[in-house]
Amino acid sequence: MTRALWLALVIAAVAVAVLAYMPSQLGPYPLGLMIGIMSYVVLATAWAMFSGPTRYISLATVAFFGLGAYTVAVLGDYLPYPLVLACAGLVGLVVALIVGVFTLRLAGVYFVVFTFGLTELIRQVVTWYEVNVTRTLGRYIFLDITTEQIYWQLLGLAVITIGIAFWVRRSRIGLALRVIGDDEVVAAHSGINIPATKIALFGVSSMIMALAGAIQSPRWTYIEPSIVFNPTISFLTVIMALLGGANRLWGPLLGAVPLFLLFEWLSAHFPNHYSIILGLLFIAIVFALPNGVLAFGEGLWQRLRRREAHS
Amino acid sequence: MSTSGLKAPMKRRALIGASALTAMALALAPVSAGAQDGERDSIRIGYAVPLTGPNATGAGITTIPNYKLWVHDVNADGGIELSALGKTLPVEVIEYDDRSSTEEAVRAIERLATQDNVDFILPTWGTGPNLATGPTFDRFGYPQLAATAVTDLAGEMANRWDKSFWMLGGGYDYAVALVDLLSEQRDAGTINNKVAVISVADGFGIDLSKAALPAFEAAGFEVVYEQSYPLGTSDFAPIINEVSGLGADTFVAFSYPPGTFALTQQSVVSGFNPKVFYLGVGTAFPVYPNIAGENVEGVMGIGGVDPDSEAIKDYFERHTEVTGNPPDSWASAVTYASLQMLQQAIERVGDVDRDAVAKELSTGTFDTILGEVKLVDNQLRSLWTVGQWQDGQFVGLAHTEREGARDPIIPKPEFKPAE
Repeated sequence: MTRALWLALVIAAVAVAVLAYMPSQLGPYPLGLMIGIMSYVVLATAWAMFSGPTRYISLATVAFFGLGAYTVAVLGDYLPYPLVLACAGLVGLVVALIVGVFTLRLAGVYFVVFTFGLTELIRQVVTWYEVNVTRTLGRYIFLDITTEQIYWQLLGLAVITIGIAFWVRRSRIGLALRVIGDDEVVAAHSGINIPATKIALFGVSSMIMALAGAIQSPRWTYIEPSIVFNPTISFLTVIMALLGGANRLWGPLLGAVPLFLLFEWLSAHFPNHYSIILGLLFIAIVFALPNGVLAFGEGLWQRLRRREAHS
Repeated sequence: MSTSGLKAPMKRRALIGASALTAMALALAPVSAGAQDGERDSIRIGYAVPLTGPNATGAGITTIPNYKLWVHDVNADGGIELSALGKTLPVEVIEYDDRSSTEEAVRAIERLATQDNVDFILPTWGTGPNLATGPTFDRFGYPQLAATAVTDLAGEMANRWDKSFWMLGGGYDYAVALVDLLSEQRDAGTINNKVAVISVADGFGIDLSKAALPAFEAAGFEVVYEQSYPLGTSDFAPIINEVSGLGADTFVAFSYPPGTFALTQQSVVSGFNPKVFYLGVGTAFPVYPNIAGENVEGVMGIGGVDPDSEAIKDYFERHTEVTGNPPDSWASAVTYASLQMLQQAIERVGDVDRDAVAKELSTGTFDTILGEVKLVDNQLRSLWTVGQWQDGQFVGLAHTEREGARDPIIPKPEFKPAE
């Protein structure tokens, strides 16, 4: 087991090294693609970290993503960049903790609706603040950060995110979350502190989302609420995690990479039919692969082995 | 899901098979490389515009029809003459949907510049998206003719990105022009000195109200009402009812569609009849007279065109004929003029040399449907700022560089409620 773990670590290290080396080999457009892919790998993995085991479908991804971007826009001129990033993560964490305390008692569709509303709420609060207090909507981010640097930061964040997800799965808190997802009553009777466990994971997951938004924001120069709180980001994150399998460590990654490339290809080749094809695809995923590609693959593998055993 | 019994797994498998095939096709599809080596047989123009999402309406009225019209006009005329190559080449278009998302727009421009190897890139629609894509245009050295961006920072942006051109002025230009026009009317005794100002809580509304409020106060007006409302507000009854009791002759709304339309309808329903009724974006849209009906006469708004210009008249006719709809009376003509400038700059340079074309855009004088145009510090400073619906036309009342085309009709005719 430990040997397999070491081997996996070595492979992962090589993969990361190759990925880190890639910008020097790629043109600007492929690099832009890689940034998009990395961003969704981070978002989908962070999303699945909380929503996978607990089965709480959150549509608030972009709320935290946008908060991160806004933090950079507000503080970018005043603080050194690493400190700005730290603040962005902290803002995501604190907002998630406050929100979590009040809402993680909601379950099922109520939680879905609430998280969608949360995005709108945060967007309106930011808008209200900008309109009435600063009297300007739209902020400029003139930071001297290159596309390559954005990519490397996202790569680093992806590694950390997958590392945390890996650790959570093997730790007591991961087990506790899975019990909660299966049956909250049983979890409570087993002595699991349900609210604390949920809030902790929600906080970590939201912090990562905020960092993803913060890291990418220098790429846009100009942000306003309608730009950074775009609900499509939340929907894409969910569908990517579901495609790959929200209950598997590598599931979100396996969902994010092909789907992102597919979206890109669709928008380049079928700009007028993009939305229709996308909708059909979502329906196909939910019907054909309700547990994700990985679970489907494992099921297929087991069936094949059973058939072999029979013959 | 198992109601169809045995057939379900089969169907499921078929679906999976189809998805797998799609994925494979994708993996195998070659990235379309720009076939620009060897003999050049077209000038490649690319753009990514919002075909879907919240910005699609604005782009569909102002930006996309003008791009189509211009390409139609150029190609019907034989193309653009490149004297350095000794031939006249047609324009070939590559169009993408940026889905109203900044990240998509940035990536689409990267794709146009490095995968499709287009010769020129036309900008997207709107202030925010144009500012957000500025650095990407700059990074690849493409001129950016921002014809639908209203920003007071235009000068600063032009300094930062020397191939960017800002064609629609800043909020300050429009707000101050309105206040000047109203001051004259007040001094002539046509209106009292009370104004009510509302603004949409969006970049546009804030920019304009931020410039207008101090200007109103400085001009001696009394601002009796000042309120911002969220984008997407559909019920304006409370605002209109409150304002109608304050005795202001002038009602100014720095609004955005569809709020602009809803404000008109609410004012008619509530019998609110200020002498000056001014609205923001959307007033100049060709659809506005359909919404306001006979009450359109005398409504004032941002923008305007020169009703006496033959070139504009001709442009309106061709636009209607080729795209099926008339243009709007504000940024449409500016957008088309920006494309005429691009064409003339390319022809003067005689090649698709982007540096030389950008230099020509910045220093040359161009013959456009707006008349003779010369940019000042990469900005179009010759703008229609206040317009009014008069006899079915949204005519310019105020211009930054010359007299207005028409005198304002104040007070406007009373709104007639529908029977």
